[in-house]
Amino acid sequence: MTHSLGESRATRTTSPEGPVVDAAGVRTPSPAHGPRRGKRIDRRKTLEITLLSGPAIVVFLAFVIFPVFLAAYYGFFKWKGYGPPTEFVGLDNYLIILRDSAFHEALLHNGYIVVLSLILQGPAAVALALLLNQKIRGRSVIRILIFVPYVISEVIVGTGWSLMLQSSGAVNDLFEKMGLGFLAVDWLSDPRIALWSLMVIISWKYIGFAVILFLAGLQSIPEELSEAAAIDGASYWQIQRTITLPLLGPTLRIWAFLSIIGSLQLFDLVYIIWGQYVSATAGTSTMATYMVLNGRLAGNFGYGNAVAVVLFLISLVIALTYQRYVLRRDTAGALTEGKN
Amino acid sequence: MATLLEAPTATGQRLRRLPKVAWGNPMTYVIAFFFVGVCIAPVLFIILGGFRTNAQITVDPSGLPGPWVLENYVSVLVSDVFWRQVANSAVAGILTTLGVVVLGLMASFVLARYDFRLNGAMYSLFAAGLMFPMTVAITPLYILIRDLGLMNTLGGIVLPQIAFALPVTIIILVPFLRAIPQEIEEAASIDGASRIGFFFRMVVPLSLPGVITVGILAFVASWNSYMLPLFILNDELSYTLPLGVQAFASQYSVDTARVLAFTSLSMIPALIFFSLFERRIVGGLTGAVKG
Repeated sequence: MTHSLGESRATRTTSPEGPVVDAAGVRTPSPAHGPRRGKRIDRRKTLEITLLSGPAIVVFLAFVIFPVFLAAYYGFFKWKGYGPPTEFVGLDNYLIILRDSAFHEALLHNGYIVVLSLILQGPAAVALALLLNQKIRGRSVIRILIFVPYVISEVIVGTGWSLMLQSSGAVNDLFEKMGLGFLAVDWLSDPRIALWSLMVIISWKYIGFAVILFLAGLQSIPEELSEAAAIDGASYWQIQRTITLPLLGPTLRIWAFLSIIGSLQLFDLVYIIWGQYVSATAGTSTMATYMVLNGRLAGNFGYGNAVAVVLFLISLVIALTYQRYVLRRDTAGALTEGKN
Repeated sequence: MATLLEAPTATGQRLRRLPKVAWGNPMTYVIAFFFVGVCIAPVLFIILGGFRTNAQITVDPSGLPGPWVLENYVSVLVSDVFWRQVANSAVAGILTTLGVVVLGLMASFVLARYDFRLNGAMYSLFAAGLMFPMTVAITPLYILIRDLGLMNTLGGIVLPQIAFALPVTIIILVPFLRAIPQEIEEAASIDGASRIGFFFRMVVPLSLPGVITVGILAFVASWNSYMLPLFILNDELSYTLPLGVQAFASQYSVDTARVLAFTSLSMIPALIFFSLFERRIVGGLTGAVKG
């Protein structure tokens, strides 16, 4: 208990100049080395910095940054994945991707998933966080239980849900029992419904994360504000609308950012539930499943790498645009706060 | 030392009032229980399904076990395949966690407590890693791992997992390390400790809460990881649990009950770890997200 409190306190004190902002340069003064200690100290410091941060930088560059450049290189070749790539095809791979209607569909599905995730999960998660932020009994147990779907793996979620959603599965059976037999449909293979089934599963799996995030955000809002407003005669809803929600803004915007990036990269759930080939006909293919299907599984590694580059560029443009226009407010606020 | 960090918490504690919690609005409980039910029901379906027979599942897909049978769980628990996959997952998870904690802590220490010209650039480099999810890098990563001769080895998934966990780790740990009061470092320096001595004697113990957060996150992520093993581990002997669950589900697709038993058993470790440290992880996440 004392530990967790100490921890939240520790993180809170640094938050105004926290990570994201910090890159911009607000910085706590670092340990002063007297100038008299001179060059030898400097060399020692450089050595320490190199030894301590070197391994992390090497691993990070080798396995995160380098592969992206590798993809950009291989993307210009027609290449089956063995030996050095020799058949340079220029931008051909990219032209094929941009003209392929299967890719257009996958892109469209990703678009739906981005938007629907925000619409379905955002308001519901805020409402639930407000609800659970009240002083109710068993709050800590509830917090653990709503996090369960987020913690179990995509494979388990996919296996479990695809068994439940089969036409003779538990969901349809439950509808029959409740006398709602007309609701029983083919959840997974009907292209008009499959995407919505996917959205239900995604929302189920990831909403707990949003709720916990918002709860953490709500708990860092000082209670004095709403107490003062209550004394001034504001109703519960007025307080939520005019005080809580605006102050929750930064958390909401960060969550939306994480959600958008996650939706664009969606692979596991679709691949597990709809397998390698069915996702396209069921209308749930994503850019990532398209990449795996037409890249590695088809043995066209040059093409697969080109798709990876397209996926990366789309995510990057969206991420940067979002940071520029939406997250900028938070950064600006934090920066001015830091100056005071 | 501990008291120094704990001292400010008294003020933090005053904000949340601890006195007796009232029962409050009954509607709150109704909605909360409904939501918890929705979250838990599919998981219960998997766990309870493992206690049923295939006949029970076919006749009444959404029913409860009746009678309860242990056979499915027992048959999974005595199979070599399951335990081999548990061992593979455990080894990969532990190595990933160790790597992330060691490399992440060292790099975070540099970023938090050293003043040098490239500090900001280094932080940005790692922070940018958040925009490089594994999906984007997986195709070239597969080629890279193959060229390194690490196919079908746990090393082939551990190294990339460490690399991809570093950004989050560093973003969570840097504020932690920065919050260690300057006075402690000065005192240590007066007592003759070098920067490195300070790191091992003071920083490592004091940052333990943060280390636990990132450690658990890394372990759970590795335990659940699917896409990377799917590309790297093609040999059944090297399968981790997620691949095992999928292989088992397609191999025994008619034996639904056993698939459900296998699936439930494979989620236990992540669930236990998480329930034990939930509060701590949420604390760590909060710090990182508020950035």
